[in-house]
Amino acid sequence: MSGTFSWAESLPVIFMALMGLSMLAYVVLDGYDLGVGLLLHRATDAQKDTMIASIGPFWDANETWLVLGVGILLIAFPKAHGMVLGALYLPVALMLVGLILRGVAFDFRVKAHDSHKPLWNKAFFFGSGLAAVSQGWMLGRYLTGLAEGWQFMLFAAAIALLLPAAYVLLGAGWLIMKTDAELQRHAVRWAKLAWAPVVLGMGLISVATPLVSATVRSRWFSMPEFIALLPIPLMTLAALLGARALLNSHRVLGKVCWLPFVLVVAVFLLGAIGMAYSLFPYVVLDRLTIWQAASATEALAVIAIGCAITVPAIVGYTVFSYRVFWGKAGELRYA
Amino acid sequence: MLDALLLARMQFAANITFHILFPTISIALGWTLLFFRLRWLKTSDEAWLMAYRFWTKVFALTFALGVVSGITMSFQFGTNWPGFMERVGNIAGPLLGYEVLTAFFLEATFLGVMLFGHGRVSERAHLTATALVAFGTTMSAFWILALNSWMHTPAGHEIRGGEFFVQSWLAVIFNPSFPYRLVHVLLASGLTVSFVLAGVSAWQLLKAKANLSTPKVLRTGLTLAAVLIPLQIVAGDMHGHNTLKHQPQKIAAIEGIWETQRGAPLLMFAVPDESTRSNRFEVGIPKGAAALLTFDPDGELQGLNDFVGAHPPVKPLFYGFRLMVGTGLLMLGFSWAGLWLYRRRAWLAGALPRPLLWGLAGMTFSGWVATVAGWYVTEIGRQPYIVFGLIRVDEVASAVPAPMIALTLALYVTVYLALIVAYIGVIKYMAEKPVDMPAPWQPALAGVRT
Repeated sequence: MSGTFSWAESLPVIFMALMGLSMLAYVVLDGYDLGVGLLLHRATDAQKDTMIASIGPFWDANETWLVLGVGILLIAFPKAHGMVLGALYLPVALMLVGLILRGVAFDFRVKAHDSHKPLWNKAFFFGSGLAAVSQGWMLGRYLTGLAEGWQFMLFAAAIALLLPAAYVLLGAGWLIMKTDAELQRHAVRWAKLAWAPVVLGMGLISVATPLVSATVRSRWFSMPEFIALLPIPLMTLAALLGARALLNSHRVLGKVCWLPFVLVVAVFLLGAIGMAYSLFPYVVLDRLTIWQAASATEALAVIAIGCAITVPAIVGYTVFSYRVFWGKAGELRYA
Repeated sequence: MLDALLLARMQFAANITFHILFPTISIALGWTLLFFRLRWLKTSDEAWLMAYRFWTKVFALTFALGVVSGITMSFQFGTNWPGFMERVGNIAGPLLGYEVLTAFFLEATFLGVMLFGHGRVSERAHLTATALVAFGTTMSAFWILALNSWMHTPAGHEIRGGEFFVQSWLAVIFNPSFPYRLVHVLLASGLTVSFVLAGVSAWQLLKAKANLSTPKVLRTGLTLAAVLIPLQIVAGDMHGHNTLKHQPQKIAAIEGIWETQRGAPLLMFAVPDESTRSNRFEVGIPKGAAALLTFDPDGELQGLNDFVGAHPPVKPLFYGFRLMVGTGLLMLGFSWAGLWLYRRRAWLAGALPRPLLWGLAGMTFSGWVATVAGWYVTEIGRQPYIVFGLIRVDEVASAVPAPMIALTLALYVTVYLALIVAYIGVIKYMAEKPVDMPAPWQPALAGVRT
C-alpha cells in the first residue's frame, strides 16, 4: 500500500467496516430476539405473549441488517460472496428455513385458530434455534477461512453451540430490561443458566482460535501486540463478571435492569473487535483480501454515496422506533 | 437425472414465485390501509376503522411472509447465480443496495410503529408511518423492477473484458422496458388487492359473518378493480409493443408464430409443438396478431425460426399468456358486473345475488394467478439469457452439486406450500371472526400505553 490516499484502496476498507458493523448490528439486534425465541418454551402462555410483544415492533428491521450485511458482501466483495456462500450452502439454507419459520410464526401465532397457537409457538422456538445454530456453525467455519479438516469442523460445532447460548444470555438480558414482575425474575434465572456455558464457551474458543489458525496465533501472541491487545479479553471478562454480579443482586430488578443487556452487548462488541483484528485485511482468512475481492471502484463509489445519505437516516429512524417503544413491554395490540 | 443448472433454476423460480405473491398484495394493501385510515379520520364512521383494523392484520401477515422469502432471495442471487454478480455486479449491486437502503429499512422500521405505535405516537405521526410503509413497499418495487427490466432491455453500460461497467445510471435505471414494467406490476398489485378485498367481503356475506365494514370494503374492492382493469389492459398492450421492439422472439412465442409472416392470426387456442416447429389445433382470428401488434392487418411479424437456438420455450409462454389474459378478462367481467349490480341494489350488500358473491369469493386470489402467469411469460421469455442478448443463464450458474440443490429445493418447497396453505387458511379464519375493536374507542393520546 502506498502512502498516498486512493479511493481504490480505501473504499474496500470502508465497505469492510460497513459490512462488519451491519453484521454486528444484526448479531446483537436479531440476537436478542432469537434469544427470546429460544426461551419461549420455558414461559407460560401469558408470558409468551409478553415476550413476543417485547420484540414485535423490532424484529423486521432487526433482520434487515442481515440483508444489508450479506448485500454488501454480494455487492462490494462478489468474489468472496461466491466463495463463502458456496462453501456454506447447506447451513445458509437451514438458517433461512429457520428464519422463515420464526418470522411467520410471529404473525400466525396470534392470528390463527387458538388450537393452532401451540404449533406456531413451537415453530417460533424451533425456527429461532435452527437459525442460531446455523449462524454459529457458519461463524465457526468463516473464522478458520473455511478450512477443511476434522479439527475445523469441531471448532465450528463448538461455536454452533456457543452462539445460541450467547443469544439466550442476550435475550434474557433484553427481557430483564423490557419486562417486570414474575417474567423478569424468570429472565434473571434464565440469564444465570446461560451465563456459565457462555463464559466456558468463550474461554474455549479464545484458546482454540489461535490453535487452529496460524495467522491468528501470530497476530495475537507476539510482543508487543499481546500487551496492547490484552484489554480486549480483560474487558470481556470484566463485562461478563459484572453481569454475573448484577444477576446475583436484587438491584437488577430495579433501576439498573438495562445494565446486564448493555454488558452482554459490550461482550459482543469486544468479540467483534477481536475478530476484526484477527481477520483484517482478509475477507476470507488466508485466502482472499478485501482488495482482491472488491468490485470496481466506480460501483463502490455509487453505493458509498447512497450509504452516506441513507445509513444515518436508517440509524435515525431506528432510534426513533426504539424511543417510541421505550420502557416495559405492554400488551401487543394493533392500533 | 436433473442437472444442477435446471435445479438451480427451479429453486430460484420456486422462491421468487412464492415471494412475489406477498409483495403483490402488500404494495397496494399499504396504500389501501392509508385510504381506510383517512376515511375514518374524515368521516368518524367506525366501519372504516374496523376495515383498517382487520386489513392491518392481513397486511402484517403478508408483510412477514414477504420479508422472510425476500431474505431467502437475497441469498439466492449469490448462491444460485454467482457468475451473474461477477459479470454484472457493478450494475446489479448498487440497484439491490439502494433497495435495501431506501426501502427495506424504511418499511420494516415504520411497520413496527404502524402496527403497534397507536397511543404511543400522535395520530399524525402514525399516519406518516403508515404512508412511509406504503411508500417503502413501492420503492422496493421500483428498484427491483429497474434491475429486472435492465436484464430484459440492458442499456447504459459498456463491457470491458466480459465485465459490465456503468456509463449512465439514468440509462440503466430508466432502461427501455422499465416504465412499462413498473406500471404493469403496480397495476397488477392494485388488481390483486382489489379482488382480495372483494373476495373476502363476499365470503363474509356468504357465511353470514359480515360486519360493519364489509359493505364498504366490498365497494372499495369492486370500484378499484373496475377502474384498474381497463388501465391494466392498456398498460399491458403498451408493454407488449415495447417487448415486440426489444424482444421479438418473446412475442413470437406468445403468439405462436413460427415463420416470419405478414398478417399473422391472433391464436385463441393452439398446441405449439417444438419438435415439428408448428402448431396443432389452431383456432384464431385471421390477421388479428398483426393488426394488434403492428396496427396493420398485413403487418409483418418475425417468427421463431429466425431465432433457432436462442428463443425461449414456446409452450409456457403461449399458455401462460393466455392464462393471464383470460384471468384479466374474468376480472373485467366480475368487477364491472359486480359494481353495476351493487349500485342497482342501492349499495345494499345483503341484497347481492349469491352467485355473484360465490364468483367473487372464488376470484379472491385471481390476482395471484394473473401475476404469476404474466411473470412466467416475461421471465421464461428471457431464456436462454439472463441478461437479454448478452449473457446466457448457463454461463453464470453455480458449481454447487446437484444433490445439494435438490435437497434444499425440496426443503424450501415443503415449507412454502405449507405456508401458502396456512396463509389462506388464516385469512379465511380471521374473515369469519368478529373484528376486535377497542371499547370504547379513544383517539390517540401521546404517551398513553395501549
